[in-house]
Amino acid sequence: MFLTISTTGSPRRPATDLGFLLHKHPDKAQAFSTSHGTAHVFYPEASAERCTAALLLEVDPVALVRRGRGKGRGGAPDSALAQYVNDRPYAASSLLSVAMSTVFKSALRGVCAALPERAAEPLPLRIEVPALPARGGAELVRALFGPLGWTSVEAEPVALDERFPGWGDSRYVRLVLEGELRLSDALRHLYVLLPVLDDAKHYWVAPDEVDKLLRAGEGWLADHPEHQLIAGRYLSRRWSLTREAMERLELVRLAEADDLDVEDVDNAVEDADDTADGSAPVPTGEAGPRKPVPLAEQRREAILAALRAAGASRVLDLGCGQGRLVQALLEDARFTDIVGVDVSVRALTVAARRLRLERMGEPQAGRVKLTQGSLTYTDKRLKGYDAAVLCEVVEHLDLPRLPALEYAVFGSARPATVIVTTPNVEYNVRWETLPAGHARHGDHRFEWTRAEFRDWARRIGERHGYGVEFAPVGPDDPEVGPPTQMAVFTLTTTKEEKAA
Amino acid sequence: MTGTTTTPSTTTSRRLPVTDLSLVVLIGATGSGKSTFARKHFKPTEIISSDFCRGLVADDENDQSASGDAFDVLHHIAGKRLAAGRLTVVDATNVQQEGRRQLVRLAREHDVLPIAIVLDLPEEVCAARNAARPERAHLPRHVVQRHRRELRRSLRGLEREGFRKVHVLKSVAEVESAEVVLEKRFNDLRHLTGPFDIIGDIHGCSSELETLLAKLGYEDGVHPEGRTAVFVGDLVDRGPDSPGVLRRVMGMVASGDALCVPGNHENKLGRWLKGRQVQRTHGLAETIAQLEGESEEFRERVREFIDGLVSHYVLDGGRLVVCHAGLPEKYHGRTSGRVRSHALYGETTGETDEFGLPVRYPWAEDYRGRAAVVYGHTPVPSTSWINNTICLDTGAVFGGRMTALRWPERELVDVPAEKVWYEPVKPLAVEAPGGHQGRPLDLADVHGRRVVETRYAGNVGVREENAAAALEVMSRFAVDPRLLAYLPPTMAPTAASREEGFLEHPAEAFAQYRSDGVERVVCEEKHMGSRAVALVCRDAEAARTRFGARGPTGALHTRTGRPFFTESMSGSATGEAMTEQVLDRLRAAVGAAGLWDELETDWLLLDGELMPWSLKASGLLRTQYAAVGAASGAVFPGAVAALEAAAGRGVDVAGLLGRQRERAADAAAFTEAYRRYCWDTEGLDGVRFAPFQILAGQGRSLADVPHDGQLAWLDRLVEHDPTGLLQVTRRLVVETEDETSVRAGADWWLELTGAGGEGMVVKPLQALVRDGKGRLVQPGIKVRGREYLRMIYGPEYTRPENLARLRERHLGHKRSLALREYALGLEALARLADGEPLWRVHEAVFAVLALESEPVDPRL
Repeated sequence: MFLTISTTGSPRRPATDLGFLLHKHPDKAQAFSTSHGTAHVFYPEASAERCTAALLLEVDPVALVRRGRGKGRGGAPDSALAQYVNDRPYAASSLLSVAMSTVFKSALRGVCAALPERAAEPLPLRIEVPALPARGGAELVRALFGPLGWTSVEAEPVALDERFPGWGDSRYVRLVLEGELRLSDALRHLYVLLPVLDDAKHYWVAPDEVDKLLRAGEGWLADHPEHQLIAGRYLSRRWSLTREAMERLELVRLAEADDLDVEDVDNAVEDADDTADGSAPVPTGEAGPRKPVPLAEQRREAILAALRAAGASRVLDLGCGQGRLVQALLEDARFTDIVGVDVSVRALTVAARRLRLERMGEPQAGRVKLTQGSLTYTDKRLKGYDAAVLCEVVEHLDLPRLPALEYAVFGSARPATVIVTTPNVEYNVRWETLPAGHARHGDHRFEWTRAEFRDWARRIGERHGYGVEFAPVGPDDPEVGPPTQMAVFTLTTTKEEKAA
Repeated sequence: MTGTTTTPSTTTSRRLPVTDLSLVVLIGATGSGKSTFARKHFKPTEIISSDFCRGLVADDENDQSASGDAFDVLHHIAGKRLAAGRLTVVDATNVQQEGRRQLVRLAREHDVLPIAIVLDLPEEVCAARNAARPERAHLPRHVVQRHRRELRRSLRGLEREGFRKVHVLKSVAEVESAEVVLEKRFNDLRHLTGPFDIIGDIHGCSSELETLLAKLGYEDGVHPEGRTAVFVGDLVDRGPDSPGVLRRVMGMVASGDALCVPGNHENKLGRWLKGRQVQRTHGLAETIAQLEGESEEFRERVREFIDGLVSHYVLDGGRLVVCHAGLPEKYHGRTSGRVRSHALYGETTGETDEFGLPVRYPWAEDYRGRAAVVYGHTPVPSTSWINNTICLDTGAVFGGRMTALRWPERELVDVPAEKVWYEPVKPLAVEAPGGHQGRPLDLADVHGRRVVETRYAGNVGVREENAAAALEVMSRFAVDPRLLAYLPPTMAPTAASREEGFLEHPAEAFAQYRSDGVERVVCEEKHMGSRAVALVCRDAEAARTRFGARGPTGALHTRTGRPFFTESMSGSATGEAMTEQVLDRLRAAVGAAGLWDELETDWLLLDGELMPWSLKASGLLRTQYAAVGAASGAVFPGAVAALEAAAGRGVDVAGLLGRQRERAADAAAFTEAYRRYCWDTEGLDGVRFAPFQILAGQGRSLADVPHDGQLAWLDRLVEHDPTGLLQVTRRLVVETEDETSVRAGADWWLELTGAGGEGMVVKPLQALVRDGKGRLVQPGIKVRGREYLRMIYGPEYTRPENLARLRERHLGHKRSLALREYALGLEALARLADGEPLWRVHEAVFAVLALESEPVDPRL
């Protein structure tokens, strides 16, 4: 982990003044102990014309890992949160920020007893960080440093492996900043922006980080066009990520067993509802100045209406996700028994948090239950309900796996009413943001046309003794139909008839 | 069923039949000689007397105030004896109805017959005997009188109270001449050893029955080798010729060539024949119509035949139980209305399914009895053994098959239905996974805290949170569970080496096997790719009939059950298409090598490694391995140059410079290490598969085949693959007791890893091995190469101070996990081989996945 700070000067204003400003003598190599290793400061060049200070942090990689939090059995830390194969010893991350704050404490504050006026005035500076991890790439690096008064922000991507050009660039850039800035400002830019760009989940945020950020950002952060991103990354995101990652260590381990990133497995909950048809507003079909209602909300309304029409009071929400439909059901007292089922424990955790289940009064809480389940399997617990809702669920199953769901719902659980919604793929041409031929969501294993959906629904109804009716959700385009299609299945076969 | 009352006779010897498992209740006034009678006819341990129990609780056999507690004890002991299946005699006056009622209930609770033996002796005799006993000398006369009164009142009602046999002895002479004769229960045919041919539900399909009997070797109802047919009932209803079936079966039973237990359909027909009111549903109407064409005499014979049927039989020394609807072990050989009802109808949960049919309680899933239970009743698409039980009803009348089981050979023999004689209310098979075997996968098979019984390492527990994670991966990402017959177990590494510069070295692996008593091990080259399990079916038909899968001809999945090829990885081809291409090549090689015929199978399950590693681990490479390489490559040249410049200025940075140079070298070595396992592929070009074990084929787990045999098969596969997909696994056999051989093994490993190999796996040559204490031995120990381990422990792990710390690793948990997963994997293969239903195989496979989410140092 390495960076250099260079300046130029003249015999009258020698570049070696940098040594005074940094409180580090140019002719000495000094070592400082920091929490993650030894920080070294030395000067590869030190003349009146040019002076370069180098900060090198020698990280102890084994200690770094052993310090990791999760304890696995076997005498070493558990899971990807603490990898021995780790870029921390090399890449300029929060660890380097911490080292800077230790080694250049006074310089960061702009304090220099020997040369106070030099500390207060801009210097010609050149800062080089050869391996800066940058989530967001060179573009974001320029967006973050650009507005801060540097005359040149050079961010050159580092290839992942020159032996394999096909792999493309790594997430590191070689950063070179040039400009006339006060040294303390330059250092404070780095102190804040290195970890922001790194955006690593390893980074641990202590409660006093807010104060640190405000101090280091004084004078430049408030007016920065990206201040929200900076503050957000610096502070908030890591908290929840770290915490949630800890909650789902079992999944982390399954991902590791398969050489996968945990995000490839534990991805049932979106960071935000940014899918094509999640929160994107869709015109309701009526022209008017009113704010368009998001499709997801229209879908919930359509489902609620169908449930009311069916006279259902005990309702299963199969694939309840983060519990938005459960929440809507709770708002109507006629639904006395609401069960949200999802295969993702994380989704259920988020749903419980959203619904504030723990703080709910007993009569309310008694109406709702969230439970893990999977429609790959029949499930006795799902029997005896008035209605089951499969809202945007079937398309997340591989087609060959669908018969299992069909049997689990229509054959085994067998509620009087089943409501299924799924995207209408024909409508995709109407999504301006959706590239042609793309599904609306990365995890959609298929999307059906209206004819395909109807064929499927009628076949299922026939086989299991349900009548089926169809309804559009969202504007029913004359050419391509509605964005969402809905089928309402009603149990027609009474047991006596069939058995006789 | 009516009880029998033996009437007093004048012959010198009264024979009192007593069923060998029953609750014998002696009834008689005080002084009537019950204890003497009991001692004379029964073993002392069979008798429980109320006097004795009074003594137990009150130190005084005559303390009447202790009677309540004494009878509690008596009932308790009697209950324990009956539960254990032992004849029990209650020696108490039992003259009061309430007391007897409790005993009858006790007998019924344990499904044994209550039998009454009454000593109805004159008052004078009793009084005289009491007077002769010092402890009863002062007993008032009216006590005997009251007992006598109560006894006389009870006599006529004993049968109605539930006693199935009532023996009344009216004089001293009769008592003295009486002889208790133990009788076997009707259902106890343990002395018959067959061999048997047990035949499933027939339902009037007489033509199929004749075909099946002929196929079993019967000639006009007689087997030339003296075998006995056993019919599990439901001979009649629905089908075209119930009278023909009855005629054949009744004839065979009468001539001693067959046994028959009743089905629910016989029971209902029997009631109709007795003139009772019954609903003519479920095919009875057809039978009645057919019987109307028969003579009155024939119908009478049918009535008698059905009336005489015994609800279940215990056969072959207790090893075999045959009944219609299945029977939990606690009812085997028992006699009660409940047992009969269970044997005929089975237990239902009280629910009805989507077709209005009663939902059967899955008793077989809980069955752990020693006796094999063979039954019918519930049509299943295909037969399979579950927990030593098997259902033979394969729906002949619904167009399925008629099935017989040869006992003790345990061979299945079946014939197809000639047509659909009767439309089933519900389809025999549902499309859900497991449906082709009659029972789709149920969440209760996998969810929550679970214990899986394995035949190799006892019970293996799965914790709830691990099952929850596995459920998520299994449901969202895994291949079709029908095609997921196995997941590979994790493998423990060798103990840390003390060899300088090494964290792992073969010496410890050899030493461990030596101490486990394993003399010969095989060292197999460890390929560095991604673990892949391939299920290769001979054709789509085999995939459909063996695994119920429509479409794919097998599967290629990762160690967590995910499809190996996904769209993103395969470029233009779909994941399924890529998988089929691999399966095609494997199939061709298996065929060319002649393994289909040699292993008598139309599918094979292969465990292997698919390369290159970069094919599947590209995400991880990008974010982790290559990233570290890129970062270190970017940072060191500048840092080293800066230090050199500083040194040139005379600054003392020599130590730091030296260390940075070493670190730079380590980082470069790391980059070289991962690069060896990466290469570009295009379609299947560049893809290689190195199989190292054939796990199973039809009807057989191959996990216990020694590795030299395995490798010989696999070498032939590689040889017969012209496409270059298959790659050979290099190997060396080492004698763990022979120092030269051990050294050669270590040298081989050094050479292998020196040339960039990942390392090797040391396995017992005999594959499935137990140690001196009978415990499973690790199926393999990995010994990873020095350079490869940089990818695990970081670029700089080889530095002495790092090695010293890293050597403190604890393998206990990893080893235990490896063995538990191994036992589960073996169990899955054994269940698959035994033809057990999908949910049983899936239970074990799922447990492997769940255990993979247990906390363990991931670097081991």
